[in-house]
Amino acid sequence: MESKKYQKIVDKHQPKEPKTFNLLAAFITGGIIGLLANLLIDVYTYYFHIPTKTAGIYMLITFIFLACLLTAIGVFNNLVKKGKMGFIIPITGFAHSMQSAILDYKKEGPIYGFGSNVFKLAGSVILYGVVSAYIFAMIRYLIFGG
Amino acid sequence: MTYIYSFLFCGLLCLIAQAIIDNTKLSAGHVTSIFVVAGAFLDIFSIYDKIIEFVGGGALIPITSFGHSLIHGALERTTDSGFLGIAMGMFDLTATGITSAIVFSFIFALIFRPKN
Repeated sequence: MESKKYQKIVDKHQPKEPKTFNLLAAFITGGIIGLLANLLIDVYTYYFHIPTKTAGIYMLITFIFLACLLTAIGVFNNLVKKGKMGFIIPITGFAHSMQSAILDYKKEGPIYGFGSNVFKLAGSVILYGVVSAYIFAMIRYLIFGG
Repeated sequence: MTYIYSFLFCGLLCLIAQAIIDNTKLSAGHVTSIFVVAGAFLDIFSIYDKIIEFVGGGALIPITSFGHSLIHGALERTTDSGFLGIAMGMFDLTATGITSAIVFSFIFALIFRPKN
């Protein structure tokens, strides 16, 4: 009973986040990143004469590089506060999670700091991605034959 | 036209993610994991391939495309290696992304100091 009352008081005094604003911010930042991705692919294919599929990979590397650099400088966290999930759902979020994990544990040394913590946050993405992809690929291989 | 589709598709995915985070107790880690699984699931019937054809770069940049690349690389290997190809080709297409993320984050971690 007491904890319920306490929870009510806490809820009342917690600052309410503007939900519609958050949605709009996520939509616009995510949209701009998607648009930039498409633009980069076109630039790479047009000016450097790279085939479209390879240009897509170069585009991903560019975004990963930028996300790592911005996180290392300390700018990325402020961007996430403004753009919300618009920066997390694109591949920039994946790179950001690795870079911030490795930086946070820097003082614990190269093995137990760097090495064991790189995948601290990105690990769940890889684990569930691989497990689900394995199961789905098996389903498709058995039903459609690859 | 692909520019507008890219904007709308990537923006819509981020909007859905934001809606999930605001209205449930799930964290960003949960949502990204769900999206990866969803991307892999959509490739059972080659739906995500069609989305990429239609949308262009805007469909390659969200984390859903990571799940799609995992299963796509696995299936590509099955044509010549059979059942074992699923395990062999799992990281074929995503290897560049993961490798570059590891290398860049290591180099920047050596150079920069953590902020607070």
